[in-house]
Amino acid sequence: MRKHWGLLGIFVVVCIVTALYGTNFLTAYNLMNLVQRTALFSILALGVGFVIGTGGIDLSLGSVVCLVGIAVPWLLIEHGWSPWVVVPVVLVGSALIGLGHGLLITRLRLQPFLVTLCGLLLYRGIARWMTGDQSQGFQGEFAELRSIAVGRIPVPGLETFRLPATTIPLIALAVIAAIFLTRTVWGRWLLATGSNEAAARYSGIPTGRLVTGAYVACSLLAGLGGMLFIFDVGSAQPSDFGNFYELYAIAAAVLGGCSLRGGSVSVIGIVLGTATLQVLRNSINLLGLGSQLEFAVIGAVLLAGVAADELVRRWHAARLERRGAG
Amino acid sequence: MRSQPTVRTILRTRGIGRRFAGVTALDGIEAEIRAGEVLAIVGENGAGKSTLLKILSGVLPPSSGSLEEVDDDGRTHELRLRSVAEAAQAGIALVHQELNLAENLDLAGAILLGREHHRFGWLDTRSMRAEAAQWLARVGLDLDPSTLCGSLPIAQRQLVEVAKALSTNARILILDEPTSSLSARETERLLAMLDELRRSGVAIVYVSHHLDEVLSVADRVIVLRDGRMAGTLDRASMVRATIERLMVGRTLPPTTARPSLDDAPTRLIAEGVVSAHRRRRPASLTVKRGEIVGLAGLVGAGRTELLEAIAGLGHAGGRITLDGRALTGSIAERVARGLAIVPEDRARHGLFTLDPVRTNVSMAWLPRGAHAGLVDRAGERDLVDGMITRLRLRPADPARRVQTLSGGNQQKTILGRWLSIEPSVLLLDEPTRGVDVGARHDIHEAIRAAATAGCAVLFASSDLEEVLLLADRVLVMHDGAIAGEFLRDAATEVAIMGLATGGAMEAAR
Repeated sequence: MRKHWGLLGIFVVVCIVTALYGTNFLTAYNLMNLVQRTALFSILALGVGFVIGTGGIDLSLGSVVCLVGIAVPWLLIEHGWSPWVVVPVVLVGSALIGLGHGLLITRLRLQPFLVTLCGLLLYRGIARWMTGDQSQGFQGEFAELRSIAVGRIPVPGLETFRLPATTIPLIALAVIAAIFLTRTVWGRWLLATGSNEAAARYSGIPTGRLVTGAYVACSLLAGLGGMLFIFDVGSAQPSDFGNFYELYAIAAAVLGGCSLRGGSVSVIGIVLGTATLQVLRNSINLLGLGSQLEFAVIGAVLLAGVAADELVRRWHAARLERRGAG
Repeated sequence: MRSQPTVRTILRTRGIGRRFAGVTALDGIEAEIRAGEVLAIVGENGAGKSTLLKILSGVLPPSSGSLEEVDDDGRTHELRLRSVAEAAQAGIALVHQELNLAENLDLAGAILLGREHHRFGWLDTRSMRAEAAQWLARVGLDLDPSTLCGSLPIAQRQLVEVAKALSTNARILILDEPTSSLSARETERLLAMLDELRRSGVAIVYVSHHLDEVLSVADRVIVLRDGRMAGTLDRASMVRATIERLMVGRTLPPTTARPSLDDAPTRLIAEGVVSAHRRRRPASLTVKRGEIVGLAGLVGAGRTELLEAIAGLGHAGGRITLDGRALTGSIAERVARGLAIVPEDRARHGLFTLDPVRTNVSMAWLPRGAHAGLVDRAGERDLVDGMITRLRLRPADPARRVQTLSGGNQQKTILGRWLSIEPSVLLLDEPTRGVDVGARHDIHEAIRAAATAGCAVLFASSDLEEVLLLADRVLVMHDGAIAGEFLRDAATEVAIMGLATGGAMEAAR
């Protein structure tokens, strides 16, 4: 937690400034929306966190969100499949996408950037082609199924604020991920693989399987996220649904202290990083800065955050250097 | 024939000291560096050698005392070095112990890095290669300057580093453990080269753990202990025992006697193993339960490739058996069977440098101590604390990042990782490279203890002294195959070198 004080500070400052100078920030409706967005994007960011932990990257997850998000209403409405078939099919499908990435990277030794960049193009193209680029939606049906994402849970003591149902899968996934990374053998080995792949292999760690597993987890969570996103919004265009989501997820993970060199992942950091990005997007809107500025602000904050992190790291390293050696 | 050069002091340290966060690392160093002379600096790790070298080469400023330059007329003036670049300007060049050549550059680019020849902004590759070829010839390397650094074996990279330092026209050449990755023959060549440089009037500061080398090449020796000068010896008073006593400040306990292995069962059998060595010649060997077998040979003889083939790293043909069952599959599967390998290049293949000692040591043990996939954290703490005591790891702090440890303690960390799984087979590649006398003793004792507990040990070393000290049986490799075998009592340096350089078994005896 100690290493997240800086990020927490930014988060609190942005909240206070927006609450003071913006309109409607502290309304129950706005806060519910913020929590909802944070929960959905955190699920994506957790997935990419595993991949970043191995020293890799996944650029395709926005397109996986799109493919899955479009496929769900397309299969349910256009093709009349049962939800009991559709949900497992899309989840297994997204896991297979990750398996493909993982095998290409570990067996064929292709670079993660390249493999997933091709994935980014491939899955969006498929989504647009299979639907004829037509908007897909639930047309008011499947309300029960969609309540997984749009449901709101009453909080005792609060009148108007009700907790978005998506927080439940988020909390479950975050706890599992945190336990996996810090307490299990495989989690420790995953991070070891990220910090020095060769040393991990020489230590008898099955690095290929771990890396492949990370890509499977990433795509699987992207698929789950895509499903929850489409349940939330109801309908979407194959041409723009999930655009840039991979970058939001990667930005949140990096802001949360995950090193792109691999080897260090923080679940709390990822969730906090996602929350900070979502609050920033929200405040740009509420402060009337003009949504055109959104990317510029996010880019600037990310750059400042990463630069500050690097400076602190060097300062620590210099202190260690001064203390040790001889 | 050694023609005497004119020896003249060109740099003096005046009571140099250095403190780190209140801890004294170096104190009151009075040294004279003379043109045409080799000054050796010896001491255990932590004695202050690296700090002194860093001060001399402009990496660190001293916190007390000063450097004095002596010019041609004998006048002295203070020399303040604020950076490596300023030191280079003053004619001081440091050859690092760690090899930090850019792997993707060719030799010409690496040697002339930062001083590239150019014409109208374009690299003048031809003239760079011509100059690089001269410097390579100077260190006795007959290599094409367009070769990529990454494709060179470690030994040759070390020589390229020396060529790089020479190419700055240094008056003072500082070498930090230059022979730690060289074979006996290459070491000899390097020492001959230093002698030549000395005669041409270069001042050489030489840091090494190998007292043999120091005794053969140095004109004077400064012994450091705990950051202070333990003594300065000149050629007349340079005796191995004296230096060792000054360095260690204690007498090392005698080594444990080895038990008889006559009726020990065979644990590891390798039959016709074809490794990744370019000659693809099959090698066969056996190691008994409790036996320590040494693999001697020159760099490039195929020792590393053979060890890695047994470990399941990289391509291999042939048949390997452990305790009567075939040893096959990936390294992960072999480690699960009780195989352990301490690699040659510990920074690249051994350590998780940014992680603490604790996770570095427990890495291979984790699945053995786990319950339902969950790490046994109390067990991990006990294990690591125990290993730190057993191997005398210093500082005894499991939270310390391994990056900040000395070479010997880093090596102990990797050894501790494998001793934790109580291996059936322990493979070690250069187990004490760049490790000081005390730590080397500790590591050897730990290896002997593992063998006594039943482990089959196979180690490769370029250091013949180590081979003779540690091995119950010596296998000599030459050109990808095993050229011959000696039992402990029959092995001598001369006999081993004979086989290693391609002589016949009979001639060796």
